[in-house]
Amino acid sequence: MAEKVLVYLDHFEGVAPPATWETLGAAKGLAADRQSGVAAVAVGSGLDHLAAQAIQHGADHVFLVDSPSLKDFRPEAYADIVTQQLRDQAVEVWILPTTSRTRELAAMVAVDFETGVTPDVIAWESVDGVVVATRPIYAGKLHTREVNRKRTPQILTVRSRAFPIPEPEAGRTGEVTKLAITPGHAVTEVLGYKPSEAGVSLSDASIIVSGGRGVSNNPNLSPPAEITDPKQQEIWRAQQGFALVRALASVPGAAVGASRAAVDAGYIPYANQVGQTGKVVSPDLYIACGISGAIQHQAGMRTSKAIVAINRDRDAPIFKLARFGVVGDLYDILPALTTEFATRLGKM
Amino acid sequence: MNVVVCVKQTPDTAASLSVKDGRASWGDAPLVLNPWDEYAVEQALRTKETHGGKVTALSMGPTEAREALKQSLAMGCDEAVLVTDPALAEADSLVTSAALAAALRKIGDVDIAFFGKQAVDTDTGVTAAQVARRLGWPSLTLTAAIPALDPSQRSITVERMMEESRQTVRAGLPAVVSVVKEINEPRYPSFMGIRRASKAEIPVWSAADIGLTPVPAAVLSWPEMIAPPKVEVSCEFIEGATPQEIAAQLVSKLFEAKVI
Ligand SMILES: Cc1cc2nc3c(=O)[nH]c(=O)nc-3n(C[C@H](O)[C@H](O)[C@H](O)COP(=O)(O)OP(=O)(O)OC[C@H]3O[C@@H](n4cnc5c(N)ncnc54)[C@H](O)[C@@H]3O)c2cc1C
Ligand SMILES: Nc1ncnc2c1ncn2[C@@H]1O[C@H](COP(=O)(O)O)[C@@H](O)[C@H]1O
Repeated sequence: MAEKVLVYLDHFEGVAPPATWETLGAAKGLAADRQSGVAAVAVGSGLDHLAAQAIQHGADHVFLVDSPSLKDFRPEAYADIVTQQLRDQAVEVWILPTTSRTRELAAMVAVDFETGVTPDVIAWESVDGVVVATRPIYAGKLHTREVNRKRTPQILTVRSRAFPIPEPEAGRTGEVTKLAITPGHAVTEVLGYKPSEAGVSLSDASIIVSGGRGVSNNPNLSPPAEITDPKQQEIWRAQQGFALVRALASVPGAAVGASRAAVDAGYIPYANQVGQTGKVVSPDLYIACGISGAIQHQAGMRTSKAIVAINRDRDAPIFKLARFGVVGDLYDILPALTTEFATRLGKM
Repeated sequence: MNVVVCVKQTPDTAASLSVKDGRASWGDAPLVLNPWDEYAVEQALRTKETHGGKVTALSMGPTEAREALKQSLAMGCDEAVLVTDPALAEADSLVTSAALAAALRKIGDVDIAFFGKQAVDTDTGVTAAQVARRLGWPSLTLTAAIPALDPSQRSITVERMMEESRQTVRAGLPAVVSVVKEINEPRYPSFMGIRRASKAEIPVWSAADIGLTPVPAAVLSWPEMIAPPKVEVSCEFIEGATPQEIAAQLVSKLFEAKVI
């Protein structure tokens, strides 16, 4: 019998982000509520290993739409394909991890079915055969329960790190079916890719070390004589500060984040910004260095499991969120912390 | 170029939110132009400044949403249109996208419709792609740069932000483009702009005016809204005679708390 729950396997060049496996794991419960197994679908090129991984992570049946012409994510073509598969399989609930690609894909497919799409789900339950989902709104200041009782499929995208990642089971078996679905005519042409600036993906990171305006604040550092412009001197100082942030981050393999003030001042690219108008993150550990903790910054990191704040000002609002605080100069504390981490993690 | 920018009015991001009668309440915090949409307005204005033409700001919402349109006019948009109708009051993104697509059709001969990344109230981020799907236009979302735009060839090239990489995509016009913060630095409204905007008469279109009859009913409903319980953390300040002592204590605590 056809599975009633379908998971979309989001990937980039065949590599799935952790959120894809978290979604697959979370789908198990919803499928069990419907006495169904979990099916998964992937679109792209060269996807056999992705199918094998999906089965290890809990998929019972994987549908692959695998063709060199589908190598690049193009939302129009991918939506055409998924819409047809959802129809053919009479899917009741379609679940996706939330990524830059899937928000758009889910949105388009929802239009094809004139059905609802609920993004960024952090919890759910099945009530009378439909999924009632919880998601943050107003940058997490409120949570809303959202439900679509009118149309199928129900479409939900799951926020990164909201559900645990399932342990892969090496011996697990499942069925793989290759489908030949031809999308409608192409409306876009992908010309190429440029590397992204952020390094470790912020939304998947379990540890994040972030720097704010405070990273540039070390009067003892004298910029080289050839830098005379005060703005450039400030950026030079900030680079020395961010080098300390990066050094600490590199020991446990953490991602580097930043406040908007640091981004706007040109210390670090926007891709690293955490907050209401940056990335929303939820790591196990968030270390805020030289960040005051403005409400818009909080909106992006408040759900972190543990927050550490390092700030010279004992009254900075960031300490109201922090589990551990250090009142001090980040230029003194960060190098000591890096050495300590390295020793404890056996990296020295 | 006939450019439209879709803008939404949202509560100020500094507002504290609570739940009143099952709905979100922001007290007397001001309503503003959705911060993400400032980048869309700026990009629309730059497009006009380079290629000529005009910029129309389009919003669907209650009558007060006129203020967000005035802010867009003050920044430099040439015209503004408000779509408002009691039947649209409970719109979900499916209904919103249907209304915006219908209004774009009515405006007619649009070359580019700019959108913000997402609305800071509902945090949905799906409207641009839905409007594109309805119109059958290319959907160029999360655009961080527009390296080429050639109105005579009816062609646009954008760089889209993905987690792993930036994707360069070429498409034909008309197109839907949603922008991210990286794309530009929005200008402040000029004094002249503010004066002009304060006097502007903004046309109001009903659902019938844009041919959206009957108005589709929302598919989504919101049975419950809650203010998440405040996680009361009391900060444990780590003290010590030297940075090394502080670091050693802090790392021990983090291991105990099992966060590394
Ligand atoms: C619409 C809107 C959206 C926004 N979105 C975001 C967003 O997404 N993300 C975001 O972060 N902000 C956002 N902001 C901006 C936000 O309001 C703050 O301005 C910003 O977060 C401040 O950054 P900061 O903490 O780095 O700087 P500051 O507030 O200047 O704080 C710097 C801190 O560093 C400390 N310090 C200085 N020197 C040292 C030192 N040597 N050692 C240790 N500590 C030191 C100071 O005590 C101070 O607390 C937004 C604002 C608006 C209006
Ligand atoms: N009611 C509306 N009127 C005009 N534009 C809107 C409206 N709602 C959303 N948009 C546009 O769509 C973008 C994404 O919104 P959303 O999908 O609601 O997060 C916004 O940044 C606006 O550009």
